[in-house]
Amino acid sequence: MTDESDTAGENGYNFAYLDEQTKRMIRRAILKAVAVPGYQVPFGSREMPLPYGWGTGGIQVTAALIGPDDVLKVIDQGADDTTNAVSIRRFFERTAAIATTTRTVEATIIQTRHRIPETPLAPGQILVYQVPQPEPLRRLVASEVETRTMHALEEYGVMHVRLYEDIARHGRIATAYDYPVKVNGRYVMAPSPIPKFDNPKMDRNPALQLFGAGREKRIYAVPPHTSVKSLDFDDHPFEIERWNESCALCGATETFLDEVLTDDAGGRLFVCSDSDYCHERRVVEDD
Amino acid sequence: MIEAAPLLSVSGLGHDYDGIIACRHIAFDLWPGEVLGVVGESGSGKTTLLNALSARLIPTTGTVRYRTREQGMVEVYRLSEAERRMLMRTDWGFVHQNPREGLRMSVSAGANVGERLMAVGARHYGEIRAEAVRWLEQVEMDTGRIDDSPRTFSGGMLQRLQIARNLVTKPRLVFMDEPTGGLDVSVQARLLDLLRGLVGDLGLSAIIVTHDLAVARMLSHRLLVMWRGEVVETGLTDQVLDDPQHPYSQLLVSSVLTP
Amino acid sequence: MTGRQTMAEATVTVRGLAKTFILHLQGGIRLPVLQGVDLDVQAGECVALNGPSGVGKSTLLRCLYGNYRADAGHITLRDEGIVVDMATAEPRHILAVRRRSLGYVSQFLRVVPRVPAIDVVAEPLRALGVSEEAARERARALLQRLHIPERLWALPPATFSGGEQQRINIARGFAHSFPIMLLDEPTAALDADNQGAVIDLIRDARERGTAMVGIFHDPAVRQALATRLFDMKPP
Repeated sequence: MTDESDTAGENGYNFAYLDEQTKRMIRRAILKAVAVPGYQVPFGSREMPLPYGWGTGGIQVTAALIGPDDVLKVIDQGADDTTNAVSIRRFFERTAAIATTTRTVEATIIQTRHRIPETPLAPGQILVYQVPQPEPLRRLVASEVETRTMHALEEYGVMHVRLYEDIARHGRIATAYDYPVKVNGRYVMAPSPIPKFDNPKMDRNPALQLFGAGREKRIYAVPPHTSVKSLDFDDHPFEIERWNESCALCGATETFLDEVLTDDAGGRLFVCSDSDYCHERRVVEDD
Repeated sequence: MIEAAPLLSVSGLGHDYDGIIACRHIAFDLWPGEVLGVVGESGSGKTTLLNALSARLIPTTGTVRYRTREQGMVEVYRLSEAERRMLMRTDWGFVHQNPREGLRMSVSAGANVGERLMAVGARHYGEIRAEAVRWLEQVEMDTGRIDDSPRTFSGGMLQRLQIARNLVTKPRLVFMDEPTGGLDVSVQARLLDLLRGLVGDLGLSAIIVTHDLAVARMLSHRLLVMWRGEVVETGLTDQVLDDPQHPYSQLLVSSVLTP
Repeated sequence: MTGRQTMAEATVTVRGLAKTFILHLQGGIRLPVLQGVDLDVQAGECVALNGPSGVGKSTLLRCLYGNYRADAGHITLRDEGIVVDMATAEPRHILAVRRRSLGYVSQFLRVVPRVPAIDVVAEPLRALGVSEEAARERARALLQRLHIPERLWALPPATFSGGEQQRINIARGFAHSFPIMLLDEPTAALDADNQGAVIDLIRDARERGTAMVGIFHDPAVRQALATRLFDMKPP
């Protein structure tokens, strides 16, 4: 047992819930994932005290990394105050007694479901993604043996079949979430269901990006400053979403906006999906 | 016009499943532009042979050599898996009896035809689509159905689509397993016409497994007759069908009214 | 048949040809049909195989075409200047000889269903690389010459009368000017008018120098076409 275990909470949990043996196993998987960017490393996913789909993969990655001095931020769809984010944050407060924050700049580890913060990340920060389906080829190829072979041999034509289908049906690449990327010019990777708006932020990001899929038992990574390119066609290049509106709260024009219904009469407005970013902007304005 | 070197050269080929022999002692050369029919009843080993030739199954014994465009003659089972798979989706084609096995049923007809192009690096949507249209025309399909799901297609159309999907990379060798097997007689006849035309126009080499001697007569230049896992007779198609020598060939030919 | 000299000059030379059928399904019965057949055919000759029914005329013709396998002997002919032995040649060589140098008109038309008559006739030329237009032009001329009504040209011959089918078959056989032609009862199902047209067509080819071997049961047709009879006897 390491000294971390001595800090176990009064209710008898190990520090950050997982036992040290499991954490070492997960750290080995993370190291391997960092060494081979975009490659999905299998790991022995544990039963967690919350159901699959609630971020069990991300939580295990975070639990394996977090130390007493870390400051954790958890977001769900960009917001710190949604049920999923609140319960994961509380989980680590209770099991690791660590500090938490809603401010992107203060966090050392940010666990996320479906967004990358608008505030640029800095060297030393770690972004942990919750991943429901780690295999980008899965929708078209059911066999795990076959998808592994395809990754091994870099046979990625079928990914473009997906994009072709989009254009044939919608006149453009309509895939808006979990838009496939190629990492470091080698592995095609599922970026988790973030909006494609966030894809360019992954490219050469100074932070370490880790991805955990609990049910599918896979961990993969994008090390700092690694190239991440969104797949596309020459005549249908990758594009991100744009809005005609600006954020109704902070006036931002370059952020990912959520549409919010304001009444039963069809009233609506657009606000930043990243609640911390929006808040920070308003605080600055108020000053 | 007669080529000096074979395209495919097979020797001592055999395969067994846990000691049960499926085929053995298979040796032949296939020449450029030649269509070879493999006939025999079910269980004669012809499908195992086709799979062992086409790198879909690694044979227990023997060699299969293929003359590639770049490297000349190579031993198929000495290639790396990556090279072999590349060969299979570019210079070779495989037409399954059941087109659903050879198609991606969840994507449109156009994507099915375009896939091989994308697999070898085509990244221009407009060009891929134009190629798909061209190949749908070649197999006499309504190009207006390019964006339709294959699930809405008839058996004959599915088979045409599978053929187009295979031919889009201009393969030199196509393997076919009972290509007209599951189809109605009238649809079969039209598909045979089409295949015969395509093979002739494109100068394809093909190995066609069939139990239907009429199909063999119409499509193939030369026949291998298989019986109990071995080739018992080989020769010019009309010679084998009109003047069969081996007792089993005579039985096979006599069991149909007009081969 | 006067030895070496003739052999070198003849267009088709058959030496010691033998053919026996073994019927494995009938307890291995052996049916010897041809034995020691020697035959020379010169350019411009039309040799009529002669003899009673069952003597092996059709078998000999089919052996010449490579359709039946010879058990012994040689069948040599020239294909683009190169001597080929049809008794031993590889299948792909036999096919090349058939495409370029050796034509065959059988009693029955055997074609791919659904193909229009005009393309059935043009196909041997297409197989030689002749353009579609030129091949069809030649096909039209032949169909006209053999009195096939123009309204039938675009239809598949499967539904045609026996006589029409046979003339389609002959037109197809003569679309390319083969140096050697094998004819198996080419006029059997024809009325007098059409028979005349066919005889004219065949005679023209012969006079151009085509070497021919044929089976003609009708004495008048044989009289009109054959330059020589080749008597066959049971072995």
